[in-house]
Amino acid sequence: MSTAQHIWTVIGVLFVLLNIAAGLIWVERRLLALWQDRLGPNRAGPLGLLIVLADTLKLFFKEDWIPPFASKAIFVVAPAIVAGTVLISFVIIPFAPNIVVADLNIGLLFFLAMSSIGVYSIVLGGWASNNKYSLLGALRGASQMIAYEVFMGLSLMGVVMLSGSFNLGAIVEAQRDLWFVVTQPVGFLVFFIAGVAETHRLPFDIPEAESELIAGFHAEYSGMKFGMFFIGEYLGITLISAMTVTLFFGGWLGPSFLPPLVWFILKTFFFIGVFILLRASLPRPRYDQLIEYGWKVLLPLVLANLMITGAVALYLKDS
Amino acid sequence: MFSHFRTMWLVFLHLFRKKVTIQYPEEKVQLHPRYKGRIVLTKDPDGGERCVGCYLCSAACPVDCIALQATQDENGRRYPEFFRINFSRCIFCGFCEDACPTYAIQLIPDFEMGEYKRQDLVFEKEDLLINSQGKYPGYNFYKVAGMDAGVKQKGHGANEELPVDVHSLLP
Repeated sequence: MSTAQHIWTVIGVLFVLLNIAAGLIWVERRLLALWQDRLGPNRAGPLGLLIVLADTLKLFFKEDWIPPFASKAIFVVAPAIVAGTVLISFVIIPFAPNIVVADLNIGLLFFLAMSSIGVYSIVLGGWASNNKYSLLGALRGASQMIAYEVFMGLSLMGVVMLSGSFNLGAIVEAQRDLWFVVTQPVGFLVFFIAGVAETHRLPFDIPEAESELIAGFHAEYSGMKFGMFFIGEYLGITLISAMTVTLFFGGWLGPSFLPPLVWFILKTFFFIGVFILLRASLPRPRYDQLIEYGWKVLLPLVLANLMITGAVALYLKDS
Repeated sequence: MFSHFRTMWLVFLHLFRKKVTIQYPEEKVQLHPRYKGRIVLTKDPDGGERCVGCYLCSAACPVDCIALQATQDENGRRYPEFFRINFSRCIFCGFCEDACPTYAIQLIPDFEMGEYKRQDLVFEKEDLLINSQGKYPGYNFYKVAGMDAGVKQKGHGANEELPVDVHSLLP
């Protein structure tokens, strides 16, 4: 690809992603409402779509307030980290055969590294707020992320073994005959659960937990700084959905009556819907239950999956 | 794990349920006849004011939003000189309706009383008085009261006997 083409890809991806992240405000509110037998926002603009604009304008015009007791520099940096790391993670995702920002040969590791750095925004945000509830949220966030990070990585190793590459384009190509969700169902389930925990969405929104911690790590944030956390969360949903599609559901592969990019977007939006459905249906577990579930159930499960996949892969290679 | 999937599926099916939302300005809410909304003062069948200015509503009001001043006409019939309800304070509890001995003050099924100026929410007697008998048609307090206030003469009311002449010895 030429440099100009590269720049256009970056701009296009950035533009589409930020719009999706903002549009998800509307998608989530409408879908949640429909699943709760309500109608949701349907007044501003066609189908209520302008609620996105109204929300954004409201956030922009709010007072940009930093509490006097907060640690100012860290307080300001924290929300930028979450949005930044998630946006950077998108560079490795192959949206279509030729649309990828950076075709890294260690793409998967890059994704895992970036999602680990994302934890810092929660920890720093909660710490800099200098508030007991925020600190509790930050603590919870840190331990939850560490626990779920471990087997998020391990659950993907089965995919790497089968495709023989860390490059996401190669992984998609390896699924031309059979999607990895068929050969790696355990890996898929564990990855998706870890992804929900990683984006700290309901039912694993332990660091926020409105009912216990009054919004936890971002209790002191308002205005566009809170908006950055919000965008980071929605970008995270999009990222995990896109990764799930890329790794387990054949990425842009699909019957040829639709272009690859459309297949990719359709599949991604399906998983975004699943994320919202999870929020609508499942209650939040207790904090110790979450950690226990991670270390005692999912980790052994994913290790067993890794061993069996490895054994089968070796056997197939020999025979 | 299986029950989680079942929960998610059942929640998903709610997509096709009938929605409970009422699109308010276009669709109206079904209000029941005894809905406690805007407060009115009713009139008796002869068109006179039912209110006798006893102050019981004002005393019963938990937020002190009712103010009135009682006075009398030349026949001795009591009526409020002014009657003022501050609807920016009113909580629509209906205690005034319960307290009223003459069924004068009543709450009706109407809640659409938004105003742009707060002062416009203070309703005077001419705003409150309606030309109707409200929930108790046919009731006229001065017809069943013992006193003569220009509505009927003493002893001519419903279930009332003529006054006894205490100076006569005849049975």
